[in-house]
Amino acid sequence: MRDYPLPILGPWGQALRYFTWFVVLGAGAFFAVVLSGLSHDDAFRTHMGLVAAALAVAALVVARRPVEAPAADAGGYFDAPIRMGSMLTMFWGVVGMLVGVVIALQLSFPQLDIGPWFNFGRLRPLHTSGVVFAFGGTALITTSFYVVQRTCRTRLISDNLAWFVFWGYQLFLFMAATGYLLGITESREYAEPEWYTDIWLTVVWVAYLVLFLGTLIKRKEPHIYVANWFYLAFIVTIAMLHVVNNLSIPVSPLSAKSYSLFSGVQDALTQWWYGHNAVGFFLTAGFLGMMYYYMPKQAGRPVYSYRLSIIHFWALIFLYIWAGPHHLHYTALPDWAQTLGMVFSIMLWMPSWGGMINGLMTLRGAWDKMRTDPIIRMMVIAVAFYGMSTFEGPVMSIRSVNALSHYTNWTIGHVHSGALGWVGMITFGAIYFMVPRLWNRTQLYSMRMVNWHFWLATVGIVIYAAVMWVAGITQGLMWREYDEQGFLVYSFAEVVAAMHPYYVARAFGGLLYLSGALVMSYNIWMTIAGKVRTEKPILAPVQLQPAE
Amino acid sequence: MDIIAKHGVIERNASLLLVLSLLVVCIGGIVEVAPLFYYQNTIEKVAGMRPYTPLELAGRDIYVREGCYLCHSQMIRPFRDETLRYGHYSLAAESMYDHPFQWGSERTGPDLARVGDKYSSTWQVDHLIDPRAVVPESIMPSYAFLAKADLNYDDIANHLKANQIVGVPYSDEMVKDAATDLAAQANPDADGTGLKARYPKVRIEDFDGDPKRLTEMDALVAYLQMLGTLVDFSTYDEKNNER
Repeated sequence: MRDYPLPILGPWGQALRYFTWFVVLGAGAFFAVVLSGLSHDDAFRTHMGLVAAALAVAALVVARRPVEAPAADAGGYFDAPIRMGSMLTMFWGVVGMLVGVVIALQLSFPQLDIGPWFNFGRLRPLHTSGVVFAFGGTALITTSFYVVQRTCRTRLISDNLAWFVFWGYQLFLFMAATGYLLGITESREYAEPEWYTDIWLTVVWVAYLVLFLGTLIKRKEPHIYVANWFYLAFIVTIAMLHVVNNLSIPVSPLSAKSYSLFSGVQDALTQWWYGHNAVGFFLTAGFLGMMYYYMPKQAGRPVYSYRLSIIHFWALIFLYIWAGPHHLHYTALPDWAQTLGMVFSIMLWMPSWGGMINGLMTLRGAWDKMRTDPIIRMMVIAVAFYGMSTFEGPVMSIRSVNALSHYTNWTIGHVHSGALGWVGMITFGAIYFMVPRLWNRTQLYSMRMVNWHFWLATVGIVIYAAVMWVAGITQGLMWREYDEQGFLVYSFAEVVAAMHPYYVARAFGGLLYLSGALVMSYNIWMTIAGKVRTEKPILAPVQLQPAE
Repeated sequence: MDIIAKHGVIERNASLLLVLSLLVVCIGGIVEVAPLFYYQNTIEKVAGMRPYTPLELAGRDIYVREGCYLCHSQMIRPFRDETLRYGHYSLAAESMYDHPFQWGSERTGPDLARVGDKYSSTWQVDHLIDPRAVVPESIMPSYAFLAKADLNYDDIANHLKANQIVGVPYSDEMVKDAATDLAAQANPDADGTGLKARYPKVRIEDFDGDPKRLTEMDALVAYLQMLGTLVDFSTYDEKNNER
């Protein structure tokens, strides 16, 4: 790779490309400095200063970077951002999960809150955005680049556009994360970044859509493979949701603060129309795209049913959009909207399980790989957790169940069985699949460590989800416990105290999951370094006995 | 099946796939979300709602900044236990000036929709500075830093202005006098006639107990002390407001 030791000395075209990047990044840094200097809002000033510093560092890195030899990637694919993305996915995964363990411990031991920057209220969005948008988002962009090129047998339409989407998204993550710590937030769940960060994401996202759609149009295969349907639906729907939900009026062009265009009940439904479909399209459709490519590949079997994939694709994207109001049962949202939300949430169970069945049945005739291949095992448990949480979700969307579960830790447990079980595990499987291929290694550093990762993660999730079920139901029942005279039995503070052991156990479950991700990071690191661990194979080859 | 066979057309045309996907995902939003903006009965008719005073708005901005909604809901559901614990169930009208809404989705801590007037401001300040000094079981972080931070309200008029643009009925007079009104609410010795006229039921008090300074604590406690206190439920017609 590093054939040219000096910067700006390669073939002229390449050098010019880097020069342009240098100028653009430098201009961006300068612009951020100017904004910072003009502003009277302390938070905005600090934030723009940080953005300027990040862009300046990026400009220097680009200027110092040796010009790459023309890509020699297999099949002419553009794999450089995919390699970078695989590493950054692991980085963000570890960061997001670590913050998760920290805030779980803060709920157990509030002395760990260090105000103002590291209070629970500022770290919690850092955790949710860290795992959803940083870990999940980077995984989605990375894998979509990988899948779309291979299933269309064509290179991404533009290298520069691909880098722009990739690093532009990382800049969005940087702005969102630093903003949270500075208290720059709209305080609307999963849509916390402020107006200028939102505008930046919109620019990047439109570029992403152009890049993905352009590559699809340029394809050399007659048909668009099913994984790409899901990626495309995810990209375009997120664009729609993001733009509408984040409409707001800034206090001034030089202020970090903005006020949402909508208020009260309309704001609530718009937000949960967005919020639930961040789950439906970001964390489901996109990751189903991942499942539809990596699972058949790893199993060496074709997708189970073409018809099922058509039906469940259209049904899933049509029904998901309606489900948002189940986050607002028994609130001041009009009843008709709540009922619609509930009905569609229950119907959603069917296309969700269509996806699960299509994933699991892809293994028909290859179930023996469950014993010998821990990567397959990881993907199977991911799909199993997908099935479990998409059953639990409709149950919780029933109003009478929601009356108990809403506002409790049950919701947190539900989210995590989906996020850790489905999103996390399918991502790990995809990265284990890609890394040896991207770096031309014959195998992973260690399959036994994959097995360790599998068990640490699975046991971690089971502890987490089980503890949160018990905690949530306990909480809900204690709140509504009456004595014979019709008075409430428990004060709120007593219920908080009752949660303590569950909070501690939950932190332990999360810690197990995090340690699994650390084992994986080490494994990936050593694989990239080209090492192979001397170890016993997972299962000794079966000695076939001749039939008597 | 014929329809399934025809799906091949969509699979061969990326732009068609994009357009159809977008159409399919638009339907739910149009049928379910859009009507809330024009159905007259979405928000109940009640007496007493008014926009936030400048100090309350500044306090609300701090509530938003610190992510309080992550542990505290502001939405009481119409259940016996919730109305016993927190008071009358929440109305849509009560958050009609909330940009953004702060209903929340978790109750790691109690609901705050009607916390106003429940405790003294001294209690609120003590609790925010050291929650476990007043509630031993509490797991809330300390917000002592708010009492040390002077409230920056140079651009409070711009904040009201932005709210005016998104539909909060602030008059131009309210925008113009925002800074004066803000200072007057935290200072019982100031002339509060204009403030009282513009914002009925306004609570004027030195909220943080430090008359020398106007701090972020003043603003946050002013906001907490008005939560859920505006609507006059004696005149609220429950029957005619069912939706």
